[in-house]
Amino acid sequence: MSSAETSTEALEAREYFKGISDSVCGIVEAERAPRIWYPAFAAALCVAGVLVVSLYILLTVGTGIWGNNNSEAWAWPIVNFVFWVGIGHAGTLISAVLFLMRQKWRTSINRAAEAMTIFAVICAGLFPVIHTGRPWLAYWLLPIPNDMAIWPQFRSPLAWDVFAVSTYMTVSILFWFMGLVPDFATLRDRTKSNVKHTIYGILALGWRGSARQWHRYERAYLIMAALATPLVFSVHSVVSFDFAVGQLPGWHTTIFPPYFVAGAIFSGFAMVLTLLVPARAIFNMKHIITDQHVENMCKVILATGSMVGFAYGTEFFIAWYSGNAYEGFTFLNRAFGPFAWAYWTMITCNVLVPQFFWFKKIRTSPFIIVGLCILVNVGMWFERFVIIVTSLTRSFMPGSWHYFSPTMFDASIFIGSFGLFFTLFLLFLRFMPMIAMFEVKGASPHAHAGVKHH
Amino acid sequence: MSHDKPNDQVEDKLYGLLAEYESPGALIEAANEVRKAGYTKFDCHSPFPVHGIDPAMGIKPTILPVIVWAAGIAGLGLAILMQTWMNNWTYPWNIGGKPLFSLPMQIPIAFEVTVLLAAFATFFGMWGLNKLPQLWHPLFGNDRFVEKAMCHGFFVAIEAEDPKFDDEATKATLQEAGATAIEEVRYKTSKKHRALPNGVIAFMVMSVCLALVPFAYIAKKRASKSDKPHIHVVPNMDFQAKAKPQAASNMFPDGRASRVPVEGSVARGELKADDHFYRGITGGEWATEFPKEIALSAETMERGQNRFDIYCAPCHGLNGAGAGMINQRAEAVGATATGWVAPSNIGQESFAKQPHGQLFNTVGHGIRSMPGYGSQIREADRWAIVFYLRALQRSAHSTIDDVPAGDKPAIR
Ligand code: HEC
Repeated sequence: MSSAETSTEALEAREYFKGISDSVCGIVEAERAPRIWYPAFAAALCVAGVLVVSLYILLTVGTGIWGNNNSEAWAWPIVNFVFWVGIGHAGTLISAVLFLMRQKWRTSINRAAEAMTIFAVICAGLFPVIHTGRPWLAYWLLPIPNDMAIWPQFRSPLAWDVFAVSTYMTVSILFWFMGLVPDFATLRDRTKSNVKHTIYGILALGWRGSARQWHRYERAYLIMAALATPLVFSVHSVVSFDFAVGQLPGWHTTIFPPYFVAGAIFSGFAMVLTLLVPARAIFNMKHIITDQHVENMCKVILATGSMVGFAYGTEFFIAWYSGNAYEGFTFLNRAFGPFAWAYWTMITCNVLVPQFFWFKKIRTSPFIIVGLCILVNVGMWFERFVIIVTSLTRSFMPGSWHYFSPTMFDASIFIGSFGLFFTLFLLFLRFMPMIAMFEVKGASPHAHAGVKHH
Repeated sequence: MSHDKPNDQVEDKLYGLLAEYESPGALIEAANEVRKAGYTKFDCHSPFPVHGIDPAMGIKPTILPVIVWAAGIAGLGLAILMQTWMNNWTYPWNIGGKPLFSLPMQIPIAFEVTVLLAAFATFFGMWGLNKLPQLWHPLFGNDRFVEKAMCHGFFVAIEAEDPKFDDEATKATLQEAGATAIEEVRYKTSKKHRALPNGVIAFMVMSVCLALVPFAYIAKKRASKSDKPHIHVVPNMDFQAKAKPQAASNMFPDGRASRVPVEGSVARGELKADDHFYRGITGGEWATEFPKEIALSAETMERGQNRFDIYCAPCHGLNGAGAGMINQRAEAVGATATGWVAPSNIGQESFAKQPHGQLFNTVGHGIRSMPGYGSQIREADRWAIVFYLRALQRSAHSTIDDVPAGDKPAIR
C-alpha cells in the first residue's frame, strides 16, 4: 500500500467514526427532541399516571379490585409478569448471544434492546410484587434473617423465580452500564456545559480509551456475554418451572422450558422491532440500523414463531398420546371450551402472523412490520393468558370451575405498565446514547483501516 | 512537593508526550515501534478497541477470568451452603415427606447465584484492575485528546516517568512511527486542579447526611419511651371496621358491638341447670358437699394439683402461701407501695372454714383484685382445684407427725 492510499483510507475511516459520534450524540445534545417525541412522551406519561392511580387504589383497597377469584388466583398479574419478562429476553439475546455468535449487525441495536430489557424487567417485577397483596412485605421473599426465624422454602419454584429474575435484572443493568461507559466518555468530551460535563464525567468513571484498559474491558465484555447467555435461558426456564413443577393439567409438562424461551425471544424481538422501526425513522438512524438489520430480526421472529407453533402442536399431541384424561380434557377445553376465543387469537397471532415474514416484500415495509409485531405481542400475551386461565378455571374438581372475567383495574394496571415502559424508553432515547457508538465503530470495516495484512 | 507548600504554588509538570496517528493500523505500527524502542510506560488511546494492538504493545492477558472463575465457584458453594443451612439445618422444612437435602432442587438457585457472583466479579474486577473510576487524568487537560480520543483519534502517550524518556529522542521515535501530530502534555501539580468541583462535593456530603436522617430518627425513637401508640407506617390489618366484644358500635340501636341472646333462649349446652355443679349452691347456700359428678379420688386430686400449678401458682405460689413468681416480681419492683394487693395465703384459717361452694365460686368468678378463671377452667376442673385447695389447707397446718414414718429422714 502506498502512503497516499493509506491516508485516503484513513481519512474516510475517521470521517465515518466522527459521523457515528455526531449522529448518535447529536440526539442527546440537541436542544429539542424531534417534534413527535413530545406528544409521545406526554401520552406515555399519562398512561403511566393511570398506573400510579390504579396502584394507589390497589394498595389502599386491596387485591379484591382484581378479577382474581378462588380458583383463578394468578390471573392477569401473573400473565403480565410472564409477558414482560419474556419481552425482556430479546435484549439479552441480542447483546450476549449474538455477540458470542459474532453477529456484527447486533451492534446497531444492542444498546436500545438492552435498555428495553431493563425497562421490561422493571415492569415484570412490578406484577409479582403487587400480586403478593402486601408489597411492603415483599422483602420476605429474600433469604434475610427475620423475627420468625423462617427461611424461604427452596423447593418452591417461586423462590427460584426470585433469584432468577433478580439476578437477571442485576446482570442486565451491569452489562448495560458497562457498555455505556465508553459512550458516556464520548459525550463527556463533546459537551460544552459544565453540569453535563460533571454528570457524564462521573458516569464515564474517567474512561480514557487506553489500550490496556480496552484489553480488560473486552475480556470482561466477553465474560459478561458468556454469563448472560446461559442466564437468559435459565430465567425463562425458571419462569416456566412456576408452572411445570405444579401438578395442574396443562402446566405439568417438560416441554415448558424450551417452549417458554422460544416464546420469550419471539415476543422480545417483536417488541424490539415495534420500538426501533419507528425510532430509527424519527431519529434518522437508518444508516446505522439498516434495512438488513431489520430483515434479520424479522427472520428471527419467523424462526422462533415457528418453534412456538411447533411447541403448541407437540403439547396437543402429548395430551392425546399420554392417554391422561385430565391432560386431554384440558387441551380440548382450551381449543373448544369457554376460552376458545383466546386460544384461537393466540394461534392466529403467534403461528400464522409470523409466516408473513417469509416474504421479502413484507420484511422491508416498515408499517407492515410494526403491525405484525404488535399482533405477535398480542398473541404472546394471550399465550400466557391461555396457559394460566384455562388451566386454573377448569382444574380437577368441576365443583370449583369458574369463568374468569377481569375487572377495570386488571386492565388499567396492565395498560399502565405500558405507560411506565414507554416513559422510561422515551427518556432513554432522549438522554442516553441509543446506539453503542464504540461497538458500531469497532465492528465496521473502517476499524481495520491502515492495518497491514502480513 | 510544591502542592505541600502552604500557599499551594502551582507548578507546571510534564506528564509526557502525546502523538496522534491517522488510523488504527498506524496506531498498531506505532505501538510496535515504541515497544521495540524499549519504552514500558506508554499507552495507546482509541475510541474503540483496536484489534491487534495487544501483541504490538506487549500486553499480557489479564487475570480477570481467574477472578471471575473463583467468584463463580464461591457463588456455587455459597448457594448450596445457604440452601442447606436454611432449609435443612436451622429450619428443617419437611415438604411432602421428601428428603430434607437433595441437590437437584438446589440447582436453579445455585446456578443463579454462581452467575450473579461471577458477574459482580467481572464488573467490579474489570474496573478495579483498570484503576477506575479515576476522574482526573493529565490527558484530560489536553485539547486534542479531549476532542478526538473518544471519537475518531488514535493516540500514543509516553510518560515522562519512563526510564527511557528523553524529550528529543522520544519525539523522534514517535515521529518516525508516523505521527501526524506530537504534543507535550503538561499538568498543574496543584491539588486544586484535580479536586472535584465544590458543587459536586457539597452535593455528595449533603446526600450522605440526608440519607442518615431516617436512621437517626429511628434510632432516637427506639431509645425513647412514649405513651402514644406506635407509628404504623403500613397499618396492614391492624385497624379494621370490625366489632370487638364489649366494645361500642353504632351499627346496632343499642350501641353495643356484641349481641345478646334472644330473650328466653338458651344456647345448646349452655343451660347449666344444676346449681350445685355449675354454681356451687345448694338450697340457696354455699354448697358444703362436692357434687356427685366429682369423684373424690387420687386422680381428681392430681388433676386439681396440675390445674392449680398452671393457673393459680403463678400468683399464690406452689404451696398456696401467696409467694408466687408474680408476687415476688411485684415486690421486687416496689409495687406494694403503689397499691399492690398480695395474693391471699390460701392456707389461712378463714379460707379453710369457707364452704366448698364458696371456694368454687372464687375460682370461677374471682374476688376483689383477683380475676375469675371461669372462662379458662371447666367446672369439673374447678371442683378438682377446690379439692386440691383442701389438701393445701390441710398441709398448712400439718406437723411432723403427719409425715409417714418412712419419709421422715428425707425432710428432717
Ligand atoms: C393474678 C394473680 C392470681 C391468680 C392467678 C390467682 N389468684 Fe387467688 N387471689 C389473688 C389475689 C390478689 C387475692 C386477694 C384478693 C383481695 O384480697 O383483693 C386472691 C385471693 C384468693 C382467695 C381468697 C378468697 C377470699 O375469699 O378472700 C382464694 C381462695 C384464691 N385466691 C384462690 C385462687 C385459686 C384457686 C386460683 C387458681 C384458679 C387463684 N386464686 C389464682 C390473686 C390471684
